[in-house]
Amino acid sequence: MYHGYTPKKPRRNEENMIRTVETDLIIKNIKEMCIEANYYLSPDMDRAMKQAADTEKSELGKKILSQLQENLKIADEETIPICQDTGMAVVFLEVGQDVHFEGMSVGDAVNEGVRQGYEEGYLRKSVVGDPLIRENTKDNTPAVIHYSIVPGDKVKITVAPKGFGSENMSRVFMLKPADGADGVRDAVLTAVRDAGPNACPPMVVGVGVGGTFEKCALLAKRALIRPVGEHSDIPYIEEMETELLRKINGLGIGPGGLGGSTTALAVNINTYATHIAGLPVAVNICCHVNRHVTREL
Amino acid sequence: MRGRMDKHITTPITAQVTRDLKAGDYVYITGTVYVARDAAHKRMIEALGRQEELPIDIKDAAIYYMGPSPAREGRPIGSAGPTTASRMDKYAPVLLDLGEKAMIGKGKRTREVIDAIIRNQAVYFAAVGGAGALLSKCITKSEIVCYEDLGAEAIRKIEVENFPVIVVIDSEGNNLYETAVREFAVTETVGEVR
Repeated sequence: MYHGYTPKKPRRNEENMIRTVETDLIIKNIKEMCIEANYYLSPDMDRAMKQAADTEKSELGKKILSQLQENLKIADEETIPICQDTGMAVVFLEVGQDVHFEGMSVGDAVNEGVRQGYEEGYLRKSVVGDPLIRENTKDNTPAVIHYSIVPGDKVKITVAPKGFGSENMSRVFMLKPADGADGVRDAVLTAVRDAGPNACPPMVVGVGVGGTFEKCALLAKRALIRPVGEHSDIPYIEEMETELLRKINGLGIGPGGLGGSTTALAVNINTYATHIAGLPVAVNICCHVNRHVTREL
Repeated sequence: MRGRMDKHITTPITAQVTRDLKAGDYVYITGTVYVARDAAHKRMIEALGRQEELPIDIKDAAIYYMGPSPAREGRPIGSAGPTTASRMDKYAPVLLDLGEKAMIGKGKRTREVIDAIIRNQAVYFAAVGGAGALLSKCITKSEIVCYEDLGAEAIRKIEVENFPVIVVIDSEGNNLYETAVREFAVTETVGEVR
């Protein structure tokens, strides 16, 4: 037994800068965010969709983009969800390390928020409790929750309800280091080409490069919540994002997959360190709604 | 290929109707349409396996692959856009051989489904994916026919008025997803990734 170190008792008093957050506040916010994400397009996506309607080359493509504009207007004015697939709730919780939660467990609070949001918001319950027995849980829980601990005393919540038309077309490729940047480009183009009309284009393409098998998938998922129009702060990755967007739009898939010059609105790439023997690449595809709402408590 | 046309059709969708529809046509459907997706298709095929009758009148029927969001008070239905059709590929040829004439969904179909479309002079329409609010405005009535326990996946009978769709695969097997994409493709061939 090791006796060299006696851990200090957890510090809990206010002098030590611990901030208390009631988990009821998490329930309330998750509920509101589930509803908001499903009825209103985020400002970044709204800008990108309007711009696409102006630049699309195909006549049918233009018609579809204008229908999607009308769809957003109806969703907003008549409180109808933008899409009937109101998604499985993906929740990112970035918790400041100086936060102390009071109330129920944080995971239970998130699920309670999802339950209330999907019920009160007239959102479709699309979750089955077991992947093979497939019985609907009838309240859209459980959510998929990704926790991270960050400096500070805030709690940042992102709710990104994910539809499965596009989720089903997502891929993980375990490339070899020798495949390099060309391999990454081919992986992304392959995934998008194969997704075609199934993923409800124009799509947003989230890419994770590096890490491990599961890390790159999470990097890709996080890339989808980066606002469309913002680029990687790594110069060569920013270049790759721009180049891939151009190439994807050159695939001809177009709005609804019915041909055209707008296949994707953005390619967002996140990278991470990886092993000397590997080059994992994940491509997470999202439709033109790409729901994401972020709040800080 | 002749130019794309706007057409109005009413259900039931007979071979006479499908004969005039060509890939790329923009079509407005009015009439009765059945709604079914994954779980309902599975049950229908299982029922056939037990030599039972189908719960719907399949002859010249149109099936919309869709699972709506809940309806608010006073409205027939919630958001109601198409779901990915490929998940129904396993079941569709059987239903087409029994008389189903039109499928409404989004996304690619297998060769087996395309062959069944040609064999039965049927048609595959795409509705615009992610336009569930807009499409719900063309649905005037909705009732659950069976499999109510499946919730959003229950079989429904809906009445539609000028419901907008695009012919993707016509009765001759022409496939708009292939021809239209070629028309706008400029990116060189994608390298193969395994």
